[in-house]
Amino acid sequence: MKRTPLYEKHVEQNGKLIDFGGWELPVEYSKITEEHDAVRNAAGLFDVSHMGEITVEGEDAEKFVQHIVTNDISVLNDYQIAYTPMCYADGGIVDDLLVYKINNKKYLLVVNASNTEKDFEWMKSNNQFGDAKIENVSQDYAQLALQGPNAQSILQKLTDKNLSEIEFYHFAENVMIKDINALVSRTGYTGEDGFEIYLASADAPKLWDLLLSEGKGEGLLPAGLGARDTLRFETCLPLYGQEIDKDITPLEAGLGIFVKLAKEEFIGKEALAEQKAEGVKRRIVGFEMVERGIPRGHYEVSADGRIIGHVTTGSFAPTLKKNLGLALVEVEYAKEGTEFDIVIRNKNVKAVAIKKPFYSKKYKK
Amino acid sequence: MKLLNELKYMESHEWVKVEGNNARMGITDYAQEHLGEVVFVELPEVGAAVSAGDQIIVLESVKAASDVYAPVSGTVVEVNEALLDNPGLINESAYDNWICVIEMSDASEVDNMLSASDYEKTCE
Repeated sequence: MKRTPLYEKHVEQNGKLIDFGGWELPVEYSKITEEHDAVRNAAGLFDVSHMGEITVEGEDAEKFVQHIVTNDISVLNDYQIAYTPMCYADGGIVDDLLVYKINNKKYLLVVNASNTEKDFEWMKSNNQFGDAKIENVSQDYAQLALQGPNAQSILQKLTDKNLSEIEFYHFAENVMIKDINALVSRTGYTGEDGFEIYLASADAPKLWDLLLSEGKGEGLLPAGLGARDTLRFETCLPLYGQEIDKDITPLEAGLGIFVKLAKEEFIGKEALAEQKAEGVKRRIVGFEMVERGIPRGHYEVSADGRIIGHVTTGSFAPTLKKNLGLALVEVEYAKEGTEFDIVIRNKNVKAVAIKKPFYSKKYKK
Repeated sequence: MKLLNELKYMESHEWVKVEGNNARMGITDYAQEHLGEVVFVELPEVGAAVSAGDQIIVLESVKAASDVYAPVSGTVVEVNEALLDNPGLINESAYDNWICVIEMSDASEVDNMLSASDYEKTCE
C-alpha cells in the first residue's frame, strides 16, 4: 500500500489504518463522531496528501483546461479556484476537481487520489494544444485540510499572512507558516470554513505537529477518513464512485451549475446539451428514513413494486442525528416529499425524499 | 480487552451466559472495540426459532453493518429493547448490555464454546 508523508504521525496518534484505494490511511483516531463534531464545532485536521496534483503550464494552458472541464474557468481571476466536473464525450464523469488559477499560463488541478493516474492519462490524450505542458506532481506535494469554525484563528497564530485576505475559493502562494512555505486555499470538503494547505512532502510532519499543538486549546483534533465522509455526506458534496461516476452525468448528479453549456467548446458538451434539452431521466435525491434502518451504498430503492434506483451513500448523520441517504433514482421520484422504500436486507423500509443539503454550509464568503 | 471468566465465548465474538435452559447473549468487548460506535441495532423477533450459526442480529456502526450470529439453537424469548433507542450502550459496556435471550433446544451446544482464556487466544 502507498503511504503519505504523515504515515508515522498516524501510527503515533493511534490512527486505525485502512486500505483506501491503495493508500494506507486512518479511518479514525478516536471516534468518527467525536472527530466529526470537532470539525462542526471547533476544528479538525485531515491528512489528504493522497489527493493528486497536476500542473498545466504554457501559452495554451487556459485553452486546454477549458477544453477538458465543464465549468467556465475563463472567468477566474488569478489566485481564484473553481470546482468542476471533467467529462467524457458521452457526458459521464472522469473525475471532479479543483482548478487553481495561478495565471492564465499556469494552473494547478487537484484531483481524487484513486483517479490521479487515469486523469493524467486522460488529460495527456486530450491535449491537442501546442503549448500546454501537463505534469503529474502528486509526489511532490503533501496536503493538509484544516477545517472548522476555529480553523482560521488556529492557522493565523502560525503565520504573518492576514488570512482574512484569502476569500472563499481563493488561495495564496508562498504563505510562510513559521518557516514552512505553503500554498493556502480557503476550500474544503466538510461544509465548514477552513483551509487546504499544500506543501513539500518533507515539511508535512512538522506542520502536522505545529497545527495540532497550536490548535489544542481551540479544540482541534486529528480527523480521519470516516469523519471526512460523514461531513461531506451531511453537506451532500459528491464522492467519486458514489454520487458521480463514469456512468453518471453532472446533470444527473445535480451539478448542473458547474456545466456551462454557453462555453464555446468542451469535452461532453454535445451529450450534456442533449440531455439537458431532453431532461434527465434519473437524479440524485436526498432522503430520510421514516422507518428504522440505516441505508448503505448500493442498496436498492423500490417504489410501486419495482426498483427505481440505488443508494449512492447512506449513513447515520452525526450532526443531524438521523439516518439519511443519497440515491440515484428515476426523476419522477426525486421530488421532495416523495415516498419510496429502501431495500435493507431484503426488507422494504420506508423513506422520504428531503431537501439537500441536509446540513447548510457554513462557509465564510 | 475486557473478559469475564463466568461467560462462554464464540470465535465469532459473541458471549453467552447460561441461565438454566436459557442462553443470554451479547457481543464481546473486543468486538465492540473493533466495530466502533454502534448507531443502530436490528434485533430478532421474540418467538423466532433459530439455529446455531444463523445470522440473527445486525449491529451498525457509523461506517458499516456487521452480522451477529446465534451461538445456540432454540427460540428467542427476550430481546433488549433498550438498545433500540440507545445502541451506544453496547460500547459503554458490552457485557452488561445483553442483546437477546435464547431458550436452548440443545444445551450441549454450550460445551463447544470457548472459555475466556481460549477466546482471548483467538483474538491475538
